[in-house]
Amino acid sequence: MSDACPVTVSVETGDFDVAADTARLCGGRHDIGAVASFIGLCRDEAGQLDALELEHYPGMAEDELKRIAGEAAARWPLLGVVIRHRYGVIAPGAQIVAVICASSHRAAALAATDFIMDFLKSRAPFWKKEHGRRGGDKGWVDARDADEAALARWHQG
Amino acid sequence: MRLVYFAWVRERIGRASEDIDLPADVRSVDDVIDFLVARGDDYAHAFAARKSIRAALDKAHVSSSTPIAGARELAFFPPMTGG
Repeated sequence: MSDACPVTVSVETGDFDVAADTARLCGGRHDIGAVASFIGLCRDEAGQLDALELEHYPGMAEDELKRIAGEAAARWPLLGVVIRHRYGVIAPGAQIVAVICASSHRAAALAATDFIMDFLKSRAPFWKKEHGRRGGDKGWVDARDADEAALARWHQG
Repeated sequence: MRLVYFAWVRERIGRASEDIDLPADVRSVDDVIDFLVARGDDYAHAFAARKSIRAALDKAHVSSSTPIAGARELAFFPPMTGG
């Protein structure tokens, strides 16, 4: 499976470049017909957020992202997966996470990207803390029941 | 055994990790939580919403009934909020 589907995972403080990753993923091969990507950004809905601080479990975060990518590759005929997740202090508007899936056809690339994001949100060991604009610590972001519920649809059928 | 804590579990306990010699009758993840809660108020506070606490044994998710025998590292953390 890994021969057919190279998996790249990184957990770093620095930013990433999805265009460059996509070019690398497809470079030199002619069997890829579809690349789907998702980018998650740091969102400030009410103008109250100074920054998000992302904590992670070093080692397990990378392992879990690789495991999720492997599950996707076992489920769809993928030709490459890239998952990048940042940690540390991230300003509103900045990138937090990217998932890129390549396949021969669109349906597999789109579904695998969706699947990876669903599992990433509830299974990859990252935690977000909000820092308020007035310097106040707004506290840890609560997990959403909807995120856990989103996993259920992948268990059916 | 090395215990590691993340996010508000870490903040409530007041440390990121510690090495603890667990008694022989502490056999499962649940037993470790019982043992820690009996150690003091900070631990009791961290595990007050016990059902929401997640555990990982040697960096793999486990349920609270999982035996800890042979494992080196046990982590406790809140539900994850990445992505």
